[in-house]
Amino acid sequence: MIRRTLLATAAAGLTLALGAPAMAQDDPTKACFVYVGPIGDGGWTYQHHQGALALQEEYGDAVEIAYQESVPEGADSERVITQMALSGCDIIFTTSFGYMDPTNNVAAKFPDVKFEHSTGYKREHPNVSTYNARFYEGRAVVGHIAGKMTETNKIGYIGSFPIPEVIMGINSYYHHAKLANPEVELVVTWAYTWFDPAKEADAARAMLDQGVDVITAHTDSTAPLAEIGKEDGSAWGFGQASDMAAFMTNEDGTPGPRIASIIDDWSPYYIKRVGQLMDGTYEQIDSWAGMPEGEVVIGEMNDAIPDDVKAEAEALIASIETGEYHPFTGPINKQDGSAWLAEGETAKDGTLLGMDFYIEGITGDIPN
Amino acid sequence: MIRLEKRPQPSKTWTVATPILAVVLTMIFGGIMFGLIGTSPVEAIRTIFWDPLFHPQFANFSRPQLLVKAGPLILIAIGLSIGFRAGIWNIGAEGQYIMGAIVGAAAGLALYPMESALILPLMIVAGALGGWAWAMIPGLLKVKFGTNEILVSLMLVYVAENILASVSSGVLRNPEGMGFPGSRNLAQWSSSQNLDLIPGTGMHLGVLSAFIAVILAYVLLTRHIQGFNIRLSGQAPRAAKFAGVAPARIILFCLGMAGALAGMAGLFEVTGPAGQVSIDFGSGYGFTAIIVAFLGRLHPVGILLAGLLMALTYIGGELAQLMLGVPGASIQLFQGMLLFFLLGVDVLTNYRVRFGAGEVA
Amino acid sequence: MDLSNINPILLIASIMISATPILLAALGEMVVEKSGVLNLGVEGMMISGAVIGFIVAINTGAPLLGFATAAVAGAVLSLSFGILTQVLLSNQVATGLGLTLLGLGLSSLLGKPYEGMKAETLPKLDIPVLGDLPVVGRMLFSHDIMVYLSLALVVAVWAFLKYTRAGLILRAVGESHDSAHALGYKVVRVRLLAIMFGGACAGLGGAYLSLVRVPQWTEGMTAGAGWIALAIVVFASWRAGRVLIGAYLFGGITVLQLNLQAAGLTWGVQYLSMSPYLITILVLVFISSNRSRSNHDAPATLGRTFHATR
Repeated sequence: MIRRTLLATAAAGLTLALGAPAMAQDDPTKACFVYVGPIGDGGWTYQHHQGALALQEEYGDAVEIAYQESVPEGADSERVITQMALSGCDIIFTTSFGYMDPTNNVAAKFPDVKFEHSTGYKREHPNVSTYNARFYEGRAVVGHIAGKMTETNKIGYIGSFPIPEVIMGINSYYHHAKLANPEVELVVTWAYTWFDPAKEADAARAMLDQGVDVITAHTDSTAPLAEIGKEDGSAWGFGQASDMAAFMTNEDGTPGPRIASIIDDWSPYYIKRVGQLMDGTYEQIDSWAGMPEGEVVIGEMNDAIPDDVKAEAEALIASIETGEYHPFTGPINKQDGSAWLAEGETAKDGTLLGMDFYIEGITGDIPN
Repeated sequence: MIRLEKRPQPSKTWTVATPILAVVLTMIFGGIMFGLIGTSPVEAIRTIFWDPLFHPQFANFSRPQLLVKAGPLILIAIGLSIGFRAGIWNIGAEGQYIMGAIVGAAAGLALYPMESALILPLMIVAGALGGWAWAMIPGLLKVKFGTNEILVSLMLVYVAENILASVSSGVLRNPEGMGFPGSRNLAQWSSSQNLDLIPGTGMHLGVLSAFIAVILAYVLLTRHIQGFNIRLSGQAPRAAKFAGVAPARIILFCLGMAGALAGMAGLFEVTGPAGQVSIDFGSGYGFTAIIVAFLGRLHPVGILLAGLLMALTYIGGELAQLMLGVPGASIQLFQGMLLFFLLGVDVLTNYRVRFGAGEVA
Repeated sequence: MDLSNINPILLIASIMISATPILLAALGEMVVEKSGVLNLGVEGMMISGAVIGFIVAINTGAPLLGFATAAVAGAVLSLSFGILTQVLLSNQVATGLGLTLLGLGLSSLLGKPYEGMKAETLPKLDIPVLGDLPVVGRMLFSHDIMVYLSLALVVAVWAFLKYTRAGLILRAVGESHDSAHALGYKVVRVRLLAIMFGGACAGLGGAYLSLVRVPQWTEGMTAGAGWIALAIVVFASWRAGRVLIGAYLFGGITVLQLNLQAAGLTWGVQYLSMSPYLITILVLVFISSNRSRSNHDAPATLGRTFHATR
């Protein structure tokens, strides 16, 4: 009873705000999003917001969306999530790892509201689900392309923080580059930030100066691509999180520094979950989907990539999408030479989610 | 020709009237800004200033949240204001806040998973000591070498931020945290959690401490000889020296206290609302508290009100984003305006505006 | 680890680019502080410069015009700080922090439509003869015009403060506003001009980030560069030449630690990134403990409010 009035008030408020003529439905489902960065970051938050907009597009008036950007992790996020629950949100997506405890705390107080936490692992209440994407599948594809494209046999990876998510990406990228080109050598630099364009550019520059000619980044901005672009076609990079299509073609029509990209596409997940909520089939889950489900997408490859490499990459994509190939399929040894995966064995999700080791062939240590 | 003439005493009327004038000016100019970005100004202003307090849906939650948000701001600002009155410009409270949280959390986590009612008090002491020690660096350097405390304390903020990043992915990292940076959740460990004293009121130990600090600061400044010494040192350093006030002791007292209060604020935050030491723990409270101290005219009661007003704009701003879809940046701009107007009109409290040519050539 | 992978020529070339934004901002702030004013709003002015410069460059296709407008925008924004602190006598620390808040908010509102766009960037100068020299050609003489402008500005500021009458007045105002006032100098006017110069420099520094360094507009892209500029001024103990050293050192350490990482060094690099601040503190202690030197460069009235009583 009370919840109904709440919903009505909230809906009225939102309608006013959006200047919509009138409410089309009595009781639209309200999906709310908490973003860690500004929508305009061009990467992580931007893609989540694209997913939210796709959700709105899909269901039209049956769904309302609301969001808040640049919400600091910690105390502020708990308040923001609570306010969302109070404002009548039916389902709240919290899109950063640091929202894990706050999400669970608020979920305890609002058993009727569904909570979806991205990239975390805690589901302390029945109304909390977690979701993540298998970005390492995308890293496998760009790793293969990097192995084929490098002339200097040195490829680079700009890491944000040494967490399992990033280490998984590094391993996948290197493993597939190595399969494509046994001579390949990997250079890793840690930026210790998710977003600092100038520093990301510096990191790319440092690697370029040392002869690295293909770089992928695990940070959010397009700065590394711009820096790579200064090499005038002798070095290449990949779009990260979003397509970064602005760097696909140079102004003179030659292929730009961004030869492909790994796109986080959250829209299938958002559409699916809100759809389930509306038709009553919603259940608590721990989702870790990837290329087969369309949550990780490889953006258009540009013409810098030779046709045969394109074809190989397409084949790799197809084999991952159909599920016949797992990027971590043995034989793979750990960095110290000890066996990790035997011939034909695939990695367990648990190992991947807690990954704290490099695979054989990568030099250097994971900083602690 | 417009001139400013210093009043012998700050005007009582204007002390009350300037904040109101500033808020009105902010509403007008902020309203214009909201209008420009396509949001109804009336609606935006109402959401920011009125809804957190009186909206039927949110007020029950957001009123206590005002305390939670204002608590650390007030606690830090009180410490800072005492130093500011003595002419000691500690602008590194953010670093002291971070170090308090790190040291306090480390003291507690060293005993994990022991259960004892003494752990939280121990952590509070450790937190205060951590902040105190961090503030002692500029303090001792100033006393010993006359080094500028503004700059040293500011530099130490960056050092503290680097230490924070390193411990949250290093020694304090949660061993069960799947390798992610960040400590164990202190708000979920019964020995260290800092919960609402009365559930649902937002009154956790930190907020309580903030209120106590307001009262003690008031007593100190108005009734205690040290308070007199502090004010004297700020207004007439030479007279203070003749009166036998040792500048070194004032400097160490003021910086130490500001550091300890900031450290405690950090500890209360990390054991309560924030819950864990993480890379993003430093949320800028230390800098915002400087603003709060000046908005409160360096007066304990003023700081209390300023802290609450600042908290109101934060929470109201969040509601405006959620309900009206205004961008977060507009709230930042709005807060900047409020601050500028408050600082700008303060001149009327201490100065009389005179028109016409000055009588003294 | 293979340190021989680090090419010193390229390293220095990339440090020069990396340090230019903070050099420009720090140089401006130094002049402001020399006049006795502490403006903590550098970050806010930088990011406003970054967004305005980018917008103008996109719309006109002329990056240099972008730089010019960014300088004007920085100066205008800093004037609001100037009026508050000099005319309305507000506290400089609080006002500076407010300026940062204002600049960050304003820039992201203005920049919304320009996210993800690419602007025309500054071409590298083709300096005849010098640019073709071995080693130094690539290292020192193959940059864009703003790099050289920033270096020229260092010399100009140094000469201005040391040799010109106006520079002398500026320093006098910073040293003792009361005496300067008694001598008949317009303290407020001098400080307002210094503040606007500081704003213009910060604006240029910001524009260098968005037009050359990164080059794109993203919300919050200065990511703390303004605060580093403040540290550099102190590090430099208010001397133009040392601002240059400080900026190259601060910028250099970031670049160097990334280079060391790329060369395979993994231990302790994050500690390297806090070293500039510790060095700055040591420098501060050193200059303040060396009181015997009559030539003490810290402006005596830094951060104090001036009100002419007669």
